[in-house]
Amino acid sequence: MPVWLDNFLWTYQNLVHALGINGLLALSMYVVLAVGQLSLGQAAFMGLGAYSSALLTLKLDLPFALVLPVSCVAPVLFALAIGTPTLRLSGVYLAIATIGLGEVLRAVYLNVDWLGGALGLSGIPLRAEFWMIYGLLGAAILVLWLVGRSGIGRAMEAVREDATAAQVMGINLARTRLGALLASAVLAGLAGALGAHSSSFIGPNEYGFEPAVTILSFALLGGIATPLAPVLGAFILTLLPELLRGFSDLRLVFNGVIIVLAVLFLPEGLFPLRMRRRAA
Amino acid sequence: MTALLQTRTLTRRYAGLLAVDSVDMAVQAGRVHALIGPNGAGKTTLFNLISGLEPPSEGAVLLRGRDITPLRADRRTALGLARTFQNIRIFGAMTVLENVLTGLQPRRTVGLIQTILRTPAFRREERALVARAREALEMVGLSARAEAQAATLPYGEQRLLEIARAMAPEPALLLLDEPAAGMNPAETAALAGLVRRIRDLGTTVLLVEHDMGFVMDIADDVTVLNFGRLIFQGPPAAARQAPEVMTAYLGQKMAARLAARARKVVP
Amino acid sequence: MLAQQLVNGVLLGAGYALFALGFTLMFGVLRVINLTYGFYFSAGAFVALFLTRDFGFSIWTALPLAAMAAGAMAVVLDWLLLARLRRRGAPELASLMVTLGGVLALYAASTAILGPDIRRLPPGLIAGAPFELFGLRVTMAQLLILLASLVLVGALVWLLHGTRLGLAIRAMAEKPDAAGLMGIDTGRIAALVSFVSGCLAGAGGVLIGLNFNAIHPYMGETMMLRGFVVVIVGGLGDIRGALIAGLALGVVEVLTAGYVDSGLKEAVAFAILVAVLWTRPSGLFGRPEMRRA
Repeated sequence: MPVWLDNFLWTYQNLVHALGINGLLALSMYVVLAVGQLSLGQAAFMGLGAYSSALLTLKLDLPFALVLPVSCVAPVLFALAIGTPTLRLSGVYLAIATIGLGEVLRAVYLNVDWLGGALGLSGIPLRAEFWMIYGLLGAAILVLWLVGRSGIGRAMEAVREDATAAQVMGINLARTRLGALLASAVLAGLAGALGAHSSSFIGPNEYGFEPAVTILSFALLGGIATPLAPVLGAFILTLLPELLRGFSDLRLVFNGVIIVLAVLFLPEGLFPLRMRRRAA
Repeated sequence: MTALLQTRTLTRRYAGLLAVDSVDMAVQAGRVHALIGPNGAGKTTLFNLISGLEPPSEGAVLLRGRDITPLRADRRTALGLARTFQNIRIFGAMTVLENVLTGLQPRRTVGLIQTILRTPAFRREERALVARAREALEMVGLSARAEAQAATLPYGEQRLLEIARAMAPEPALLLLDEPAAGMNPAETAALAGLVRRIRDLGTTVLLVEHDMGFVMDIADDVTVLNFGRLIFQGPPAAARQAPEVMTAYLGQKMAARLAARARKVVP
Repeated sequence: MLAQQLVNGVLLGAGYALFALGFTLMFGVLRVINLTYGFYFSAGAFVALFLTRDFGFSIWTALPLAAMAAGAMAVVLDWLLLARLRRRGAPELASLMVTLGGVLALYAASTAILGPDIRRLPPGLIAGAPFELFGLRVTMAQLLILLASLVLVGALVWLLHGTRLGLAIRAMAEKPDAAGLMGIDTGRIAALVSFVSGCLAGAGGVLIGLNFNAIHPYMGETMMLRGFVVVIVGGLGDIRGALIAGLALGVVEVLTAGYVDSGLKEAVAFAILVAVLWTRPSGLFGRPEMRRA
C-alpha cells in the first residue's frame, strides 16, 4: 500500500469504515425494495449482527473469520420469523412488523444484563479491516449485479412492478420476496458485525428507529435502478454531514426531508439508469 | 376422452352475490373455445378462478383430469396454463424481449449459485431462453421491437406483446381476456389469424370476447354465462339460435317477441 | 393482588386503545399507514405541558385544547405529505415511506428545539396520591384515562354511525373510488379523519403523559410499537378490534411486568404480534377474507 494511502486511511479511518458499512446497509435495503417490499428492520438486523458478533468475540474469543458468517445467523432467523407470514400479505404488514422489531430489540438490549443493558458492550477489539469492508461491499455489488442481470433479476423486477402478473408468469411471490429479505438480513448482519468491530463499543440506541430510517434514505436518494445507485446514495449521505459540520443536530432532519422529497418528486432516485435484464 | 380443462360446480360468492354459480364447463383440447355473456356475467371471475388468482367458494378446476384447485397461480402456470389480462399488464419498464423472457420463468432450471458463477449451464439456458423469446415475438410480429421499452409500444402492440409473453412457454391452454378490445377492424382480423395459428401450434385457446363477429369467426365451441350461471355450451351456430342465449342478451321481452315472430314466419 | 393487576392493566389498556383507535381509523378510511401518527401523541403531551406549566391552564381545559392542536397538525401534515400521493394514486408503500421520512424530520427537529430530556407536568395538576375504590388502589390519572377513553370512543361511534358525515366516511372506507363518484368530497373527508385521529393521538399523549408523568419528544415513537401491536391484533382498520386488543395489551403488559420481568413487556407484546401474523393475519376479530398482496 502506498504511504499516502496508508496515511489517508489512518487519518480518516472512521469515516472510511462508515462509508463502506453504510454502503452494505444501503444494499441490504436495496434487495428488499427491488422486490417491491419495504423493510424497516435493516437497523434491527444490523443490531442483531453487531450484538451476536460482539458476544462471540468477547465471550468466546472466536476468530473474526468465523465470527463474521456466524453473526448473520440471528438476523436470518428473525427475518424468517417475520418475513414468512407477512410476505404473503400486502406490503404494509412487513413494514409494520419490521419497524416494531427494532423497538422491541432496543428494549431487550436495555433490559437484559448479559447484553450490557444501557451501557452496551465495550472493549470490542478493532478487527474490521479496510480490505474486509470494501472486499465484502465489492463482492455484494458484483453478486447483486450478476443476479440482477439474470432471470432472477427479471423475476424480482416483475414482482415489484406487478405482483399479480408476475405470479401468472409462474413466479413464486413468497419465495422471491423471502429470498430477498434473507439476503438483506445477511448483508445487514455483516454490516453490524463489521461496525461493532470498527468502533469497539455498541449500545442499545444505535439500532433503533433513526438508523432504520437513515438506511432507507440512502436507497431512496440513490434509487434502485442498479446496485451501485443506493451505495452512491449512502456515500453522499455519509459524506454530507462531514462537510456540513456544525449542523449535526439537523442531520436527521435532513435525512427525513430527503425521504419526503425523494418519494414526492424523485421516485427513481438520483441514478435512474436501468440495467439490462439479460445475460446473453 | 377427458377434456383439457374442466370445472366442476365452480362457485364464487362475494358478500351474498354469486359471481360464478356452480359452473360445469369443459374445454376440449385443440379447440378455440369462446366464453361469452353480457357484462357482469362472471367471465373475468371465472378466468381468475381457473388461473388461480382467486380461490373458489366451492367446486374444483381440473386440468387434464387432475384437480388443480389447491394450487397457486404460479404452480398452475408451470403445469401449462397461461393468460392475458383485460387491462393489459405488461412490465412497462422492461424491454419487449425482457417481458417475453419473464414469461419463460417456468422454463428456468439453473439456480442462484450457477447464476452468480455464470456457469456454462447458465449461459446455455439463457441463450436458449432468448432464442425461444425471439420465436414468440416472431409469431406475433414484434421482432423488430424486441429492444424497445414495453411501455412505449402502441396499444395494439402491447396486446400482442402480452400474447407473446403468455405463449413463450408453449402452454397447453391459453386464456385470452378480451384480446380484441380497443383494436381496429384490421388489427382484429390479424388477431383472428394469430389465434388460429396458436391453436394449430397445439395450444388450446379459451377466450372472453364481446366482439360477436370475432367470436363467430374463430370459435369452435362456445360457452355462454349469464348472472354467473352457465346457460349454453355447444357450437357457435347453435348458440345464436338458443332461446336462453337470446334472452340473456336481449332481455326477456325482446326475446319473446323475436321468438313469436320466428314462429309466424316459419310455421 | 391479581385483581389489582387486572385493574391496572385495563386502565393502561384504555390508554392504548384510545391511541390505537385513531391509527386504525386513519388506515381504515385513508388506506395509509401514517407513521406521523406517533408525533401527534408527543405533540399533544407537549402542548398540554406548555399550557399548564407556562400559562396556568387547568388540565380540564388543557386536555381538549392539546387534542385539537394535535388534530390541526395532523390535518396540515396530511395535506403536505399525503394529499399529492392520494391524487396520484401512488402505491401504499410510497405513502408509508413519505410519512416515515416526515416523522423522522419532525422528531429530530423537535428534539433539536426542545431538547431530549424528560419533562414533568406541574405538580398538583390533579390529585396525585392513589385512593381506594372497592378495595382497589387507583389514581386520578388512571380514572381520567378511563373516563376520557369512554367519552372519546362514544363520540367516535356516534360520529361514524349517527351522522351523515359518518356515513360519508364509512362510504369512503368501503369504496374510495365510488365515494368520489357519489359526490363525497374526499379531500374534506381526509382532512376530517386526520383531525379526528390527531385529536385521539393528542388526547392519548396528554393522558399517558399524565399517568407516567414523563414527557419527551420521542414518547410517540415508543408508543407506536403498542399502536402496531393493537392494530394488527385487532385487525387493520377494525375499530372494535382495536378497542378489545388495546385493553388486552394493557393487561398482558401489566401481568408480564408483575409476574415475569418488566423489561420483557415489549418483547411479549411483539411476540403476540408475530404470533397473530402467523396464525390470523386479518386480526383476531377480523373476517378471514384478508387483504392479500
